[in-house]
Amino acid sequence: MIKNFLKGISAHIILLLVCVLSLLPFLWLLSTALKGPGENIFQYPPVFIPQDFTLENFKEVLRLVPIVGYVINSFIVAFFTVILNLIFSAMAAYPLARMEFAGKKIAFFAILATIMVPFQAIMLPVYIITLKLNLVDSYGALAGYIGMILPFAVNAFGIFLLRQAFLSIPKELEESAVVDGCNSWQIFFRILLPMIKPSLAVLAIFTFIGSWGEFLWPSIVLTNEKLFTLPVGINNLQGAFSADYRLIAAGSMISIVPIVIFFVSLQKYFISGANEGAVKG
Amino acid sequence: MFRLTPYLFLIPAFVLLGVFFFVPFVQTIHLSFFDYSKDIYNPQFASWANYIYLIKNPQFLKTILNTFYFLILCVPFLVIFPLFLAVLLNTKIRGKTLYKLVIYLPVVVSIVVVAIAFKWLYAPEGLFNYFLDILHIKPIGWLSDPKFAMISVALVTIFKGVGYYMMIYLAALMGVPKDLYDAADVDGASSWQKHMNVTVPHIMPTIALVSTISSISALKVFVEIYVMTRGGPLDSTKTIVYYIYERAFENLDLGIASAAAVILLVVVMAFSLINIFVFERKKYGL
Repeated sequence: MIKNFLKGISAHIILLLVCVLSLLPFLWLLSTALKGPGENIFQYPPVFIPQDFTLENFKEVLRLVPIVGYVINSFIVAFFTVILNLIFSAMAAYPLARMEFAGKKIAFFAILATIMVPFQAIMLPVYIITLKLNLVDSYGALAGYIGMILPFAVNAFGIFLLRQAFLSIPKELEESAVVDGCNSWQIFFRILLPMIKPSLAVLAIFTFIGSWGEFLWPSIVLTNEKLFTLPVGINNLQGAFSADYRLIAAGSMISIVPIVIFFVSLQKYFISGANEGAVKG
Repeated sequence: MFRLTPYLFLIPAFVLLGVFFFVPFVQTIHLSFFDYSKDIYNPQFASWANYIYLIKNPQFLKTILNTFYFLILCVPFLVIFPLFLAVLLNTKIRGKTLYKLVIYLPVVVSIVVVAIAFKWLYAPEGLFNYFLDILHIKPIGWLSDPKFAMISVALVTIFKGVGYYMMIYLAALMGVPKDLYDAADVDGASSWQKHMNVTVPHIMPTIALVSTISSISALKVFVEIYVMTRGGPLDSTKTIVYYIYERAFENLDLGIASAAAVILLVVVMAFSLINIFVFERKKYGL
């Protein structure tokens, strides 16, 4: 009995410690963001609870930097990346799971091959092609958005995830629909898609998180500050406020609010999503 | 009977993969055989010169070594520690959901913010040096000392990754049949024996999977370095992807950048092949 009790206690101690470590960098950033000009942020020993408590840094950074604009940009990019991924991945997954056709094996392995190639290895030609297609912000905001979205509008992980989902639907359902006179498109939209909703939700959420946090590609294509996404804008704070970490900290804390709300409200999908294995690239 | 339908369904995905994947893939290989260093608008065919340059270039060799050093710093920890946490959480422990949520939180926060937060912890008068001081250890130049910079970067990657791999392990642990543990209980096995003889063999494929996917993402590390050190000090945190980025977008040396990209490609593909054809066969229906 006592042994089990001690074991339970030590598990809690370890987990609590890991939780504290998981939050520490953010809490320290928050503490810094709440310290006023009257307080030395390099004070030694460090002070956790702000003595000169203020929200001024948040107001100041919102006044100087269009963070709300960054949030909107990130949202537009992530939203359309998710929508296109759902549509295109589901469309590609359906014939791979449910139809026989010439070249199926080739299509299958071509998609599988893309998993093996890291974006970082091909980003230079992707950039050149995006430039040639005029999909950069110097051709206007719309072109800029499309250029950020399109290279990530479909991904092989999503196709394979949804292919697995389609495979798990009993064939009889489809056959009875054919008897009822449905064509492939009707079967796809009316019968199969509604049945794979849980997988679509998982794909949507992980694609959203991935797109929301993406830094490398937007930092390559973006030149116009009006189109900055959050990660690019927040990284830029470092240069803009190198003299005052309070403002960098305040901007960073504001930037994580939307994604934390998103995460907490959809937590059950994150937990079930891990069952589907590694979705992110 | 020939049906057009399957192809129509595949067209959008293949157009996009074609334009943003297959063509760039071929182009990367193509560019790697051209010399852009003299005149970017008039590249000359260079045969294997870019590759020979890279192989002989001490800076590039250093980036390769750095990348593998980084991999060795992160991967063992990311394979073992999340498994340990998952085992702790795969019990009837109270507050399970809250623990999972908090430990997973760094996964959803952008790596840019995580890197900025750590940069602040790593500051010379920052919190980490204060902790060292409490332990009577002299302050460290976390990001400014070439000896420590890569370790500091790896800590950030580990911080961001633990929750992600923990969830993968938790999913795998749920699949371990309960009666195996009951049988072990009947035999009077201790919990350590149960762990080593029931749990570990059963989730061996997941351990292997986490090893390969964490290795692949270690080989592709970039943002942490870009935000915190820019490859410095003294190139001590310059990795392959950072090198490619610098050559391509700062020096506009497209040929050398592409040759380095091909080398990255070959290394990552080797890991991916193992992953797909050995550990994840089921997921891809092979």
